[in-house]
Amino acid sequence: MIDVNALIGPYPFRHVPHPDPDVLVRVLDREGIEGAWVGHLPSAFYRDPSLGNQALNEALAPFADRLRPVPTIRPDWPAWERALADAADAGAPAIRAYPSQWQLGPHDASMRDLALAAGEQGMALLLTVRFEDLRQRHAMDTAGDLSAAAIRALARAGNNVRLIVTAAGREMIEEVHWGLTPAEQQRVLWDISWVWGPPEDHLAKLFRAIGADRFVFGTQWPLRLTQNPRANLDLLPDDLRDRELADPRIRVSR
Amino acid sequence: MTSARGEETRDTEPLIDAHAHFYHAAAGRADWAEVNAARFRAGERIGITYHVASVLGSYGFSSPTYFPSPADVTAGNDEMLGICAREPERVRMFVTVNPNYTEHAQREIARCVSRGAIGIKLLASRRADDPLLDPIAEVAAAGGLPILHHIWQHRRREWPSQEISDGADLARLAARHPRVAFILAHIGGGGDYMHTFPAIADCPNIYPDLSGSGVDRGMLDSALDALGASRLLWGCDLTMETGLAKLRALTVLGLTDDELSAVRWRNAARIFPRGSFPRCINSPNTSSRQPATSNFG
Repeated sequence: MIDVNALIGPYPFRHVPHPDPDVLVRVLDREGIEGAWVGHLPSAFYRDPSLGNQALNEALAPFADRLRPVPTIRPDWPAWERALADAADAGAPAIRAYPSQWQLGPHDASMRDLALAAGEQGMALLLTVRFEDLRQRHAMDTAGDLSAAAIRALARAGNNVRLIVTAAGREMIEEVHWGLTPAEQQRVLWDISWVWGPPEDHLAKLFRAIGADRFVFGTQWPLRLTQNPRANLDLLPDDLRDRELADPRIRVSR
Repeated sequence: MTSARGEETRDTEPLIDAHAHFYHAAAGRADWAEVNAARFRAGERIGITYHVASVLGSYGFSSPTYFPSPADVTAGNDEMLGICAREPERVRMFVTVNPNYTEHAQREIARCVSRGAIGIKLLASRRADDPLLDPIAEVAAAGGLPILHHIWQHRRREWPSQEISDGADLARLAARHPRVAFILAHIGGGGDYMHTFPAIADCPNIYPDLSGSGVDRGMLDSALDALGASRLLWGCDLTMETGLAKLRALTVLGLTDDELSAVRWRNAARIFPRGSFPRCINSPNTSSRQPATSNFG
């Protein structure tokens, strides 16, 4: 099992304990998780994420057998195409972008270009709906959640687009999924880090309605407990406990 | 492919969910029975010995969830009494009241406690430090009943549909009623829990429950550091997977067996009326500090 939604580095709005790669590896060992796709948390808030990508690569290098870097590419920044090529050359399985934090609207042309270009390179574009619950956010954290419209627009951009959407809840997943054609739906994978389990059973309802193969394992460590998505799987109704999540390593590559 | 099949989750130690809810036919949702069944299903999987639960009126169907009418309060409590009668081995009851209707609230408490309710549930119908809550707290003190109070962790403004209270508001009420045990609802249920811990640190009769959808790393560590294991109650509220995740996280935070037992059930057994949980029997315990498998959850 791969955690597609792990990060390292501090978070600007609250203290996060030990957001370090060596700690992440110990947590993966403890939880029986094979490896993780890892982003650099501060880069979401940098104007230019390139130095964050450098820090990410350096920090993960000693753990290359377990942790794969997912660099941040800002498509409204000069020379983003070169950054994307560097990511591809480095073997990144995906890239991260944060249109809400960068004030790029749901139909921003540069985001569309980035999604298409990443797909051409065989990399997924990993999006983050939220880092924290809306109700606890710092007064200076004004970005807001990523909108379903933004995800739909990117999923419709082209056949090569591969999206992994993290930290979405049931309503957003359903709104996006049923707002896409069957072909477009196949371009989107969802991590389960923020989907509710019982008694509302949102995860079970999504598995039944959309299919478990549209979902991947993600934790949003170090912001959230790694135990949560595993607990959610463990509490699925009996008839769903053998359903299998998608393996992002297979689904993303073309 | 990654199998969704998980590990066996049941533990041998008793486990009390101090914050649960059930639905009913007049709650405005067609799947109410499925949701109740799902709570029991997940409870069995987790190993919950007792669900201490409330019904919140009509959950907005005929009056607002957090401002339930007296009629809806009574109807909801009747439904909760019925669930307790059908599930005496695993369900206990908070009687829900709206403190804006003092006499009705007092009558409901007396009526439901006489039929087995073991605590009082207050929503967000009136701010926690309002004098109208004093008559409720006095009844609680006389009956040895804990009060579970809905809380927004650090209210910075008014929010729609609730007259929210935070830890500081509840602390003022708790100071006026030192004989009453107040359960501060869901530290993971919205708002900034880091405000709550110092706000209630000096109020020994406030016991936060761990429930809520929030599973921020550092939340449990901070709660334990600020309040200690003797002040915390395990619970789920609306998301049982987060309850299980927190339960598992507690096991890697280096708690002693005694401390883990305290959070799982002993604190609840201490603050609810004696004899409320006959299936929770004493387990052998040691006070030895357990080595933390990881401090970094």
